[in-house]
Amino acid sequence: MSEYIIKNGHVFDPVQGIKGDKKDISVKDGKIVEKVGSGAKVIDARDKTVMAGALEVHAHVAGPKVNAGRWYRPEDKHFDSHKTAGITRIEGGKSIPTVFKTGYEYARLGFTFAMEAAMPPLYARHVHEEIHDTPIIDEAALPVFGNNWFILEYLKNHEVENTAAYIAWILRQTKGYGVKCVNPGGTEAWAWGLNCLTIHDPVPYFEITPAEIIKGLIEANEYLGLPHSMHLHQNDLGNPGNYKTTIDSLKLAEGIKTKNNFGREQVLHSTHLQFHAYKGTNWGDFESGAKEVMDYVNRQKNLTIDTGNVTLDETTTMTADGPFEHHLHGLNHLKWFNVDVELETAAGIVPFIYDPNNPVFCSQWAVGLEIALYAKDPMRCFITTDHPNAGPFTRYPRVYSWLMSKKVRDERLNSFKKADKVISATNIANIDREITLYELAAMTRAGPAKCLGLSKDYGALAPGMNADIAIYNINPDKFPSGGPEIEKAFAQVAYLFKDGKICVEDGKIVDMGHKQTFWVDAKVPENKQVMHDIREKFLRYYSVNENNYPVPESYAPHQHIIAVDATKA
Amino acid sequence: MNTVTLTVKKTPELFLECEKVNPDAFAGKTADQIAQLPAFQGKEISTLGDYFTVAGDAGATAADTKIVVNGDCTKMKYIGAKMTGGEMIVNSSCDMYTGSWMTGGKLLVKGDVHSFSGLAMKGGEFTVEGNAANYLGAAYRGDWRGMSGGVLRVKGNAGSDVATFMTGGTLIVEGNVDIHLGTHMEGGTIILKGNANRRVGGQLVKGEIYVFGTVNVMMPGYKPAGEVDLDVDGTKAKFVDYIGDLGERHPKRKGEIVYGHLYMKK
Repeated sequence: MSEYIIKNGHVFDPVQGIKGDKKDISVKDGKIVEKVGSGAKVIDARDKTVMAGALEVHAHVAGPKVNAGRWYRPEDKHFDSHKTAGITRIEGGKSIPTVFKTGYEYARLGFTFAMEAAMPPLYARHVHEEIHDTPIIDEAALPVFGNNWFILEYLKNHEVENTAAYIAWILRQTKGYGVKCVNPGGTEAWAWGLNCLTIHDPVPYFEITPAEIIKGLIEANEYLGLPHSMHLHQNDLGNPGNYKTTIDSLKLAEGIKTKNNFGREQVLHSTHLQFHAYKGTNWGDFESGAKEVMDYVNRQKNLTIDTGNVTLDETTTMTADGPFEHHLHGLNHLKWFNVDVELETAAGIVPFIYDPNNPVFCSQWAVGLEIALYAKDPMRCFITTDHPNAGPFTRYPRVYSWLMSKKVRDERLNSFKKADKVISATNIANIDREITLYELAAMTRAGPAKCLGLSKDYGALAPGMNADIAIYNINPDKFPSGGPEIEKAFAQVAYLFKDGKICVEDGKIVDMGHKQTFWVDAKVPENKQVMHDIREKFLRYYSVNENNYPVPESYAPHQHIIAVDATKA
Repeated sequence: MNTVTLTVKKTPELFLECEKVNPDAFAGKTADQIAQLPAFQGKEISTLGDYFTVAGDAGATAADTKIVVNGDCTKMKYIGAKMTGGEMIVNSSCDMYTGSWMTGGKLLVKGDVHSFSGLAMKGGEFTVEGNAANYLGAAYRGDWRGMSGGVLRVKGNAGSDVATFMTGGTLIVEGNVDIHLGTHMEGGTIILKGNANRRVGGQLVKGEIYVFGTVNVMMPGYKPAGEVDLDVDGTKAKFVDYIGDLGERHPKRKGEIVYGHLYMKK
């Protein structure tokens, strides 16, 4: 494999504490190395910014729900049917791009890893088919557990060991990466036409509360010592006044200590916090609760969060939070898709237009930015758009421009038709903070890598790590002052190295790389009870045979297995 | 106003996607430059000059440009699509998506148009002297935003699913239409001078449909609410006013429910 030396770039690496110093980075055999020979190809990064490849901690990019969005929204891609020159395929779709476009766009933005945030175990094969077809970026997927009948039954009696054994079994069957929990109990309640809007609302029939589910899943996750923590989409998403439920949920992690061999420090990752930080009682008196929520998050060292920034675009909302999607459909009357996944979960989809003329959406925009701007530790706060829910991930450069420039942010704020309403409902106008390139590297690289338990190989530029490197046309000494210039610089990397190969050059895809699918194989003590329960549920309830349930290796031919051993606990 | 004349010199084997045949794409270009504009046939890209002879230079802007198309355009899609101004006269029948997404200007087709013509039209004047096929002035597949402005007039008949998801503007069909007229309509005006087949105004939220002829089978969600004298597109007559679709949601204004109206000429 060829050797490279990236010369004279301004390097930003929070893990090694490098803050824009000029430093050469050497690449050999897919890894970053101390030194390369004199024959190494020189990449001139003068007046450019060099960072590790970025990691997406939460996005909906592969699987049946994403694909349902694609087929039921032909209008999302109907002007994108022509092929452009080069090695790329046709790139279709705006909020729900094709798998090909997903890979290309992440690579152009400087990403090298993406986490699919919600995999229904029963349809894991579909998720892996799409992951396999997404070029360049490495990926993994989190199976959803928060409304799974096994979990509800075990945790009702607080059987953490059985829960962990079942999680380990599911991870192996689905080639999953960790524990996702969406609207705990609420999605199951939706099967009764109900929902759980606080963490103490009982789930019908199962007589368990969301609080018990959240706490039990955190404990089971630490029992197994998985690389990633429990990954939570809380109850009462998107409703005024929900910040209390959010803080109540986060409090459940208090006192729980992390146990893993991956350098991860949090026990709970709270996702798309923007949707969970609202005060008020209705959309009329709605106010930002970002300060209250972030004050709590800043104090609790065992939490990480991601933002879920609203980008003010037309997009497609999709979540395993079935009742929420029905609620949205009631608000905007656009087409609604809903599916129940047997014993496991559900999903809903509704197109959504975050219209900048509506002060509510502009306030949501402000809340998302506030979350990031209030974060004291950029290693624990990551930037997402909950793609595609709050906006497409292709808008990250625009989100960065709002976070990195007070001027750009205020220009946008003052351009709103009802700016005064947004200013009085939120604190955004009073925040002067501008995220630096160093902080951005923590929020998009080092932080997510650590949170996902991947910091050995990802998120920094130390020798021995993966040669995943993004080089941007940004001179930190002359940081662009205009929004469009910042956006352009982040939207098209000058170079993207993936495992030591140049995959993007001047924003053009030049190589498809060798993407890998990550999953976690957790070893647990033999558990006859859980194996019996699985057999029984398949015989009684599942529409498929147990033998047809696992994802065969052929579905993830380029797998990277992370082994954990919980038998020695 | 400058006039550019296109004359078909070769019929495409498949269908030619004429996304660049509109005053906006031509504006500011010479005849030679226009001939170099791209056009897809299947996955292959060629130029307009391969299929048309181009005479005359365009005006500086779309509004200053008039396009006349001669020859057989029955295998040409997207003629006049997305035009924002200027004028076009097509002396032929056209294929699908003719005049779709247009926001301004005048488009006259002297023959027939195929399906999806005038799709999601926002403004301007679009006149078809012959017949139109299905999904005239409707929303794109999957979309909920149909024709929202402008005037679309078909002098012949139209097919099924005319004006689906229409939200504004005026659509006139002087002949007959097939099933599903104004489904999911949420504003705007449809004037049908001939007869309709079944399911007129199904799931209609708002808007007006005037029918001069007959409706083969009425939707069950409509209820007579009296008779009115109206002047509709130059015709003065007495109409029976039906409100509906009663099975659909309806907005409220000043505490009163706003229904859609289906006016049947007596």
